[in-house]
Amino acid sequence: MSNEPREPGRRDDRDRKPGGQGGRRFIRARKSCKFCADKVDYIDYKDARLLLSYVPERGKILPRRISGTCAPHQRMLATAIKRARNAALIPFATD
Amino acid sequence: MRVYEVLFIVAPNTEEESIESLITQLSDVATNQGARIAKVDRIGRRRLAYPIQKFHEGHYVVLTVEGSGTEIAELERRMRVVDAVIRYITIRIDEDLKRAEKFRAKRAVKAAAGGRKTRRRRSEPMIPVGADNNDEEEGDEA
Repeated sequence: MSNEPREPGRRDDRDRKPGGQGGRRFIRARKSCKFCADKVDYIDYKDARLLLSYVPERGKILPRRISGTCAPHQRMLATAIKRARNAALIPFATD
Repeated sequence: MRVYEVLFIVAPNTEEESIESLITQLSDVATNQGARIAKVDRIGRRRLAYPIQKFHEGHYVVLTVEGSGTEIAELERRMRVVDAVIRYITIRIDEDLKRAEKFRAKRAVKAAAGGRKTRRRRSEPMIPVGADNNDEEEGDEA
């Protein structure tokens, strides 16, 4: 896994803002739910492209604390990802 | 009445006509049981995320079925028997759609009436209204 090239714009980029001095000052942009911003009412499990942005390389579901998704949307997202896995649209696991 | 989404994957080595006939065959099964096929969506040939029965590709077909639920059992039984169908998934979507509709309606109401109200509330200072009154009363006593 560590041998693979890092995909840009994944976990590292949105996780932390640069310029934290000595690790004391935490100026972190408030993460917001992308689905709330886009006013999504139903997350379709067939939209593999959308779901893959919430599934990092390993194939696990990206946790809420990293993506900033709100609880109701994270729930919808989780079921959609699980459905998509069964439909072979998204891998269960990759290594 | 319930709405279902029946997704199935047809093996990549089946010919175009047999896929077509399979779709009509399955639709007929559902309609004979009293259901209505609302939509037939052929997503087409797609790479599978993992091999299923040693196939790496598959034809995706989605049927939207409106019915009571009994025809789904028959439909699934048929799909189990047919070798060309390598995977099928049935999902009940009417409740999800209803919920989505509710959210949309709620948002429409909010946008029409409460849009300004909520914004003003947020800009107000964080001191509750009751606290303000208390202060005045204390001042009178003193």
